[in-house]
Amino acid sequence: MPGPQPVAKAEVVSATAAQSEPLIKAGNSHIADRVFYIAMLGCGLCVLGLVGLIVYELIAKSSLSWHAFGWKFFFQSDWDPVNEQFGAWPFVYGTVVSSLLALLLAVPLAIGVAIFVTELCPRWLKGPLAFTTELLAAIPSVIYGLWAIFVLVPLLRQYVEPFLARYFGWTGLFEGAFYGIGMLAAGIILAIMVVPIISSITREVMTAVPQQQREAVLALGATRWEMIRTGVLRNARAGILGGIILGLGRALGETMAVTMVIGNRPEIARSLFAPGYTMASVIANEFSEATTDTYLSALVEVGLALFLVTIIVNILAQVLVWSVTRGAPARGHA
Amino acid sequence: MPDTVAATSEFAATPISLWRRGMNSFITLATALAVVLVLLPLGAIFAYLVYKGISSLNWAFLTQTPRPVGETGGGMANAIAGSALILLIASAMGVPVGIGAGIYLAEYGRNRLGDLIRFTADVLNGVPSIVVGIVAYGIVVLTQGHFSALAGGVALAIMMIPTITRATEEMLLLVPNAVREAAYGLGVARWRTTLSITLRTATSGVITGVMLAFARVAGETAPLLFTAFGNQYWNWKISQPTAALSLQVFTYAISPFDEWHRQAWAGALILIILIVVAVSAVRLAASRGMLKGAN
Repeated sequence: MPGPQPVAKAEVVSATAAQSEPLIKAGNSHIADRVFYIAMLGCGLCVLGLVGLIVYELIAKSSLSWHAFGWKFFFQSDWDPVNEQFGAWPFVYGTVVSSLLALLLAVPLAIGVAIFVTELCPRWLKGPLAFTTELLAAIPSVIYGLWAIFVLVPLLRQYVEPFLARYFGWTGLFEGAFYGIGMLAAGIILAIMVVPIISSITREVMTAVPQQQREAVLALGATRWEMIRTGVLRNARAGILGGIILGLGRALGETMAVTMVIGNRPEIARSLFAPGYTMASVIANEFSEATTDTYLSALVEVGLALFLVTIIVNILAQVLVWSVTRGAPARGHA
Repeated sequence: MPDTVAATSEFAATPISLWRRGMNSFITLATALAVVLVLLPLGAIFAYLVYKGISSLNWAFLTQTPRPVGETGGGMANAIAGSALILLIASAMGVPVGIGAGIYLAEYGRNRLGDLIRFTADVLNGVPSIVVGIVAYGIVVLTQGHFSALAGGVALAIMMIPTITRATEEMLLLVPNAVREAAYGLGVARWRTTLSITLRTATSGVITGVMLAFARVAGETAPLLFTAFGNQYWNWKISQPTAALSLQVFTYAISPFDEWHRQAWAGALILIILIVVAVSAVRLAASRGMLKGAN
């Protein structure tokens, strides 16, 4: 990292050595305090600087494409590096559809898991279950992708897609050849990846609902489910929504697993069996092969758009989660 | 609270009807089913990793570099070493800055600037990893003129910093003020109190944060694609393109060769072992931290 931090750090270390003998020493502690403060401030400003640097880099490197295409960039669907025509619409579409599909599958499951873990399951099962869902979040996305290619995709091709086409083909969402690879596979693997995030936030906000709420509703004669619905879920809904949006943020920016199974073709099709492309995967696939300045700049612009969208989504999520948990008793006072 | 008051009318003082009791059991069953459905892929992933990985794991895999396409054998030794190198660079840059920023937030950050830094750390946490890769490419690869281990390390360091910062801050704030005041009372300088009293007390918590950040970036692939880039040979220079375990798994997984698929599973197994060890270490440290921390 650039910045004043390394120099100041060295001074602190030498100051430590000088002072290690007597515990109480007056005199230069004022200067040492000042130096230490400046060093720590430098580290803090580093964080600030990094975000500034990211924004600057993305804007500076994408200006070429921005000036060439303007707003049209996001609404045109021809991506033709040879003729230097760039339109990001297929990627925007693929990102949005795969993420929404993932949420559709993940939200009921994640909330179910959270309800079970916080309200219903026996106490001894709580710890192990929470740990296992945490583990699911620690698996790198490249391993999800690997598993998806060799296990999920064949499964979809042989069993799930023929089944869906047979019984739900009339919707138009499930038609065409059974590749296995495609939007559906991407949505499913993303769903598996965002469930732990949504369920852990949901768990957190449900735990933040005061115990008296539960007791009060139960005392009114509610069954357990009615207690959960009216006493817990209704009070935690903003936070749960925040968790869902946080999951959306993760799904939008997820790269590797999606790149490995979505098919990587900049086409827009109604059928979920068809291959697609996302904003993150186009950067992953084409960035190191981008030969011309405009091409590279177009890819950076896709990155800039991805950055802005995920930032907005994340801030929104944080505000929602905070609105529920701020009233909870602080940790460490229990 | 108004919600609860409004809810009163929903529960009549009559015996619980069959419908309500049925609904209750149904939800219990449905949520249990959700747990099973969520754990199923987890089990399947681990089972496949072990099943496919173990059979391809051998001494050659851990000691040799990749062979050309068509030849069997060879391994990922250079990728394992490359991952270690990149993670070392990332930790060397990310850990001090992260902890320093955490100290600033906890000890001096009760002001506008502190709030701003806290907010940006959260923003940085949410930046997609591929975008971090673009930025590292811009600031390191373009300046140096070629892909390098350093660029990969910078990318991963950027991803580590916010996690470490927020964890450090949280842990330092758990240290009771009385401990700080006791040190001041003895005439210990403020910086010395922070380093040898406050930070020392919170050590295990801070280590937890560092390990979490480490586990998070250890398996990252996207930001390495066009920074570390990958390499078929040994490389120990931080200014040269370097192989990484996650990159190698990705390249092999999307290749059309069975031999490479086999090796991808073995590489993934090594990677997951690394991460599970780190996460377990975190839990161990965290459970000790409870004993040592706030009391």
